[in-house]
Parts: sequence; structure tokens; C-alpha cells
Amino acid sequence: MSSETHMTDSNDAYEPYYVPEQSAFPILASISLFFLIFGLGSFFNELTADEAGSGRYIAIVGFLGLVSVLFFWFRQAIMENRQGMNSLQLKRSYVWGMGWFIFSEVMFFFAFFGALFYVRNFAGPWLGGEGDKGQFMHLLWEGYKYTWPVLETPDQVVEGAKAVFVGADSSMYPKDAHNGLLFWLPMWNTIILLSSSVTVHFAHVGLKNDNRKQFKGWLLLTVLLAIVFLFLQVAEYYEAYAHYGLTLKSGIYGTTFFMLTGFHGFHVFLGMTMLLIMLLRAQKGHFTHDDCFGFESASWYWHFVDVVWVCLFFFVYII
Amino acid sequence: MGDHGPAQGFGRWLFTTNHKDIGSMYLWFSFAMFLMGGVFALVIRAELFQPGLQLVEPEFFNQMTTMHGLVMVFGAVMPAFVGLANWLIPMMVGAPDMALPRMNNWSFWILPFAFALLTSTLFMEGGGPNFGWTFYAPLSTTYAPPSVTYFIFAVHIMGASSIMGSINIIATILNMRAPGMTLMKMPLFVWTWLITAYLLIAVMPVLAGCVTMMLMDIHFGTSFFNAAGGGDPVLFQHVFWFFGHPEVYIMILPAFGIVSAIIPTFARKPLFGYASMVYATASIAFLSFIVWAHHMFTVGMPIAGELFFMYATMLIAVPTGVKVFNWITTMFRGSMTFETPMLFSIAFVILFTIGGFSGLMLAIAPADFQYHDTYFVVAHFHYVLVPGAIFSIFAAVYYWLPKWCGNMYDERLGKAHFWLSFIGLNVTFFPMHFVGLAGMPRRIPDYALQFADFNQIASMGAFLFGFSQVFFLFIVIKTIRGGKQATEEVWENPEGLEWTIPSPAPYHTFTTPPAIK
Repeated sequence: MSSETHMTDSNDAYEPYYVPEQSAFPILASISLFFLIFGLGSFFNELTADEAGSGRYIAIVGFLGLVSVLFFWFRQAIMENRQGMNSLQLKRSYVWGMGWFIFSEVMFFFAFFGALFYVRNFAGPWLGGEGDKGQFMHLLWEGYKYTWPVLETPDQVVEGAKAVFVGADSSMYPKDAHNGLLFWLPMWNTIILLSSSVTVHFAHVGLKNDNRKQFKGWLLLTVLLAIVFLFLQVAEYYEAYAHYGLTLKSGIYGTTFFMLTGFHGFHVFLGMTMLLIMLLRAQKGHFTHDDCFGFESASWYWHFVDVVWVCLFFFVYII
Repeated sequence: MGDHGPAQGFGRWLFTTNHKDIGSMYLWFSFAMFLMGGVFALVIRAELFQPGLQLVEPEFFNQMTTMHGLVMVFGAVMPAFVGLANWLIPMMVGAPDMALPRMNNWSFWILPFAFALLTSTLFMEGGGPNFGWTFYAPLSTTYAPPSVTYFIFAVHIMGASSIMGSINIIATILNMRAPGMTLMKMPLFVWTWLITAYLLIAVMPVLAGCVTMMLMDIHFGTSFFNAAGGGDPVLFQHVFWFFGHPEVYIMILPAFGIVSAIIPTFARKPLFGYASMVYATASIAFLSFIVWAHHMFTVGMPIAGELFFMYATMLIAVPTGVKVFNWITTMFRGSMTFETPMLFSIAFVILFTIGGFSGLMLAIAPADFQYHDTYFVVAHFHYVLVPGAIFSIFAAVYYWLPKWCGNMYDERLGKAHFWLSFIGLNVTFFPMHFVGLAGMPRRIPDYALQFADFNQIASMGAFLFGFSQVFFLFIVIKTIRGGKQATEEVWENPEGLEWTIPSPAPYHTFTTPPAIK
């Protein structure tokens, strides 16, 4: 934090903090959000009940509304900054805001990692009959043996062919998941995502040195790497569904695998969108070496997404 | 930005970016939810007036217990504290407004939509959520009514609202303090809210993850909470209480801040042990992350887990004790007067301590096997939430209302409201300790004959308490509409920047930072 605006007694040098007058964005965003969740809720219920309904259309209206409101909202915030309305203090508010938002995202992933650890260290072994907590499990799930990854679910052991949760044919660990793509896809994705964190850093260095060509070039490369990552992720999902029998419904292994990698992939998509917007803004001449919060916050987000992937790679694919 | 006043008409409230407007909206919304959640509670108490089934179907009774809890926690207590934070924190730290004013308004306006959706589930086919406010799987997944999907999404956007609100509060406190307002000069209300906001940002995403797992289990065939697929219903409880335990401190830490402001004013002594209050608050926040499984002692945990969570829970009594002793020491040999905010604050200290002690009883794992899921638990958490969270909110409203609207409330009416509430709540909740220890289970619409007397007393107390709150509404409206003009200081020598500005507080305050001594 810079200390230039911290004064002790005199308020003469105080730069006014810009408090926007009135804004229709918040209420419009709330209405859109309501349409989105009401539509999604109805859509999911219709899906499960196998009924036709209007849920999906309501959700689409809400989604489009929300995206448009956010577009104009961000546009206005950017314009305010470009018109010089934001004091250094206000800029720090944005920095704190983004930092704590990323912390909230970390905690969201923490819930899913926690679920994985709990299942692997406690619930899974107990279900297989281990220890005090497992001693009566055979009454419910006779014959079930716990292994990780869970390729045969308790449901299958008891119900046989009538089971709802049918385990995968093989796992996504390196010993099983040799597919046609070079050697082992997650490793390539790790290399790609780690590289993209480096390239976005080079872009930042370029911006700091007022080298716009370097800035835009490395930023473009980062976006491209993000797209390659997402493409490989989709390819991996295709492999999982088509050739490994691993689906969302194949018990706790498929559940944790797809939910962790899926939410990560979704966040990669969000991060990529942010970086792409920053690239378009850079193209329009936005950002200077001392005023580039939008780009910097997108790059922090990108580093966060990268760290999550490293954890994922380690806990979901390696150990 | 000039000294202009608010915009005219309804647009003022829809489009506002003013922390005072938004604070008022939060507080009014919270009070509306408080009345709605209160009506749900009275349905419960009316049914429990006698053994047997009289008024409602058991299915509807379950929806009432669920909605009462959800509405009170997420709709009444939390928004009330956020409303107070909005009104007070910028004035207390000498800031022109909240750090991110437009996002502030979004945080608020999400809430009416979220609760409209949540409440509408009561009218849906299959009824509203009926699985308790803790919504344990598989009751909330495999056996839930279809409306659970809307419940899940409503929780999602409530969480988004809380996270945005908390980000705003943290940014305001860390970035908007007037020069010279160092962290250790901040009023305790600001400190407790800083720590509360941190807790919210840490655990609301975990709640979002929890309901997302439910959503996936219900609609997309995952098996987080289903042992048939290798998951575990108990996993739900771990994830939920990892959110849920910090959540109960989210509902009490700002209350600590409020009474720490009020007691010194009416004892006419500075707060005893300011620094220890800050450290105690931080310790409670830290401990809140490592005690969650004390809500699940009977679910079947390894003995090491039972012991760890038991001892960790008991540790919380230490920083909480520091606080209680500090409040008492502040009052010791003070020149005390007993205006309404002080009455509520003293009742807070005494009754919250009773709730804390019953919490210690529940923390003892072997004893908890007897108390678990009985009315003793209900008595415990209502003693910390009603005379804890709710009384502190009443105290705050009486204490700061003259600053907000410029008029003094009627002291006789305020005191009457206090005594009615005080008697009502004790008559309602104290007997629940007895029926609980005798084994009456919670969340059941019928009970054995032996519990009838205490239940009748509790129901009468509940209606007394409930109608006293309509009286409170009357007092607040009367004060807003007129009354004795409040001075700048309102009270005798109160501490804090908010007492240096006129009453009512101008629409914009501290557009240039005040000088801090």
C-alpha cells in the first residue's frame, strides 16, 4: 500500500472520494439475477421431472439481462476512471475488493477439496468396513471393498445390474488414462496453465515498461493458452465419458473428479473471459504503467486459477 | 459531489448509493423478516400449546420450523447487522460513504428477491423446505420436496449478497478510515464487524459449495451425500457446520461491538480492556473454524474427534469470559443510569451468559448425548440469539435512532418495550431447558403429556414477546415522526465520531475526513 495519501493532521491535500450519485445498475442486476435463478430452478426441476416448461427461457432472459447490466456497469466504472474521477484511495478500494473476492473463491474450492479429503480419509474406508465406524457397514453394503478410486460402488456390489451408480471402467490416474493425446493429458494441461501464468506475468512486465507490443503479445498468448487448456479439458471429458465409463453418475469418484475439475474449468473460462476483455481494452489503448487495475486484477485471478489447478493436479490426478 | 440531499420519490430507494439510505433499507427489511419469522414461530408455539395435533399438519409444522430458522438467521439477524454496519461504520471511521457504494446497493436489493423466492416455496406443490434450517441430507436431497431447488438458489444469492456486503465493509474499514484513525483507535463495533466480515467471506462460499453439492445430487446424479455411490450423508453435516459454526459467531460478534459501545456511555466510564476485547474477538473468530463437529457429537465420530471438538469448544469460553468480565468491570463503580439501550445491554450480558453456560454444558460430548436434539438445545441457542443478537439490535436502535432521525424516542415506552420483551423471552425460553433435560425432542409437533405445563407457559411467553415487537414498531415510527429534538451528542459524553455531527445525521457526512485526536 502506498502511503502518499496518509496524512497526519492536515486535510488540505485530501483528494475527494468519488461517491457515484444514483445508479440503476444494482436494481436491474438484482432483477436479472432473480430471473436467472428462478429460471434455472424451474429448468432443473423440469429436467428431473422430465417435463417441458419455460424454465430455460426465463433463465436465458435473466442471464442475458445480467450480462448486459454487468457490461454497462463495468463500462461506466472504466469510463469514470479514464475521466480521472478515481482517487488513489478509491483505486485501493477496488484492490481490496478484488483481493477479498478471490479469497471467497478460494474458500469455495476449499469446500470441494474438503469433501474429497473427507471421503478418501474417513467416509470411504469406513464404508469399506474399516475401524469402529465400519463395523456394521457389512449389514448395509455386504461385500463392498473400499479402494480409491472407487470403481465399484457400494450400490453395484449390492444391487448388481440394477445399480443406479455404476463405477467407471478405469480411472483418470496416469496408469489408466493413457489416451491418444501424446502421453497423459493432465500433465500437458499443467504445463500449459503454469506457462500461462508466466506469460501473463511477462505481459505485466511489458505494461510496466510501457512496451505495449510486449504487453499485448504476451496477453494474447495467455488467452490462447487458456483456450488450449479448455480444449484439452473438453477432450479429456469426452474421453472420460466415451472410453473410460467415467461420468457424473459413476459414484463418488466421478462426482469429485467432475465437480473439482469442472468448477476449475469454469473458473478458467471466467479468467479467460476477463483476460480477453483486458486484451480488447488494451487494443483500445486502455491501461498505463501506473493505472492498470483491470488488467492486474484479471491476472491475479488467473494466478489463483493456476494455483487451484496445481492443487487439483496433485490431489485428483497424482495421489 | 455537493451537500445535496436525497433524490425524491421511490427512485431514491431503488437507485441509491448512500450508505444511510441503504442502511435504513437493510434495517426495515430485517424488521419485516423478523415479523414474518416471528409469525412462523407463533404457528409453532400455538401448535405446541397442547399435546396432540390441533392446528396444523405435521408436514406444515416442519415447514414452519424450517422457515422460522432460515428467515430469522438470513433474513432478520444478518441484514439487521449489515444495516447497522452501513449506517454506522462510515460515520465511526470518518469516511464519506462505503467503499463501493453501487455494489452496496446491489448487496441489499438481492435480498428481497431471495426472500420472495424462498417464501414463495410455501405455496408450491409439495410445500416449502421441510427439513430444518440445517437442511441435513438426505432429508434435503433424496426426500426433499421439489421446491428445494428454489431454496438452493435463494441461498446462493443470499450468499452472494453477504459476500459483496462483507467485501464492502472490509474495504471501508481498511481503506476509508480518516487519517489518524489507527486500527487500535477504532470503535469496537467497527472491529467486531471487520472480523465478522472476514468470517462471512470465509464461510459463505462453503455454504454455496454445500448447496451446490445438494443441487448436483438431486438433479445430476452425483453421490456426495449418498453412500450407495460411495459418498456419505455425514459429509453434508461436516460441510454445513464448517459454515454453520462461524455463522453463529457472525450473528453475535457485531452484538459484542454494540454493547461495548453502549455500556461505557451509560456507566460513564471508558470501556475496560479495549485491547483485550479486540484480541478476544479475534480468538473467538479463529476458534470458530475448529469446533464445527460439536454439532454432530452423536452422529458417529471417532473418539479422537469427539475429544478434539469437545476441548476446542470449551476453549471458546476463555475469550468469551474475557468479554463478559470486561463489560462487568466497565460497569463496576460506574455512574450508571438505565436508559432503554442500557437495559437491553445489561440484559444482554446476563442472558447471553446463561446461553453461554448452557453452551458449555452442550460442549461436553458425553453429556451432549443426553441433550442432543432436545429442547435444551433450542433453549440454548435462543438464549444466545434472542437476548444476544436481537436484544443488541434493539439496544443499537434505541441508542442510535436519535442520531438517525433527529428525535428522541419516548423513554417510558422504550422501557415498557424492554420489560415486555425481557419477561416474554424468559417465559418462552427458560422452561425449554426443563422440558429439554427431561427429554422432549425438538422439531416434533406433538409431545408427551408430562411436558404440557411448561409448553403452555412457553407458548404464552412467545405470544407476549411477539406482540411486544409490534409495540416496538409503533415506538420507532412514533420517534421518526416526531419527539423531543435530539442534540448532537444525544447522550452524556458518548464516545465516537458519530456524536460529533448533527442529529439527524446529514445525508452526506465526512466528505472531507475529520481530524482525529
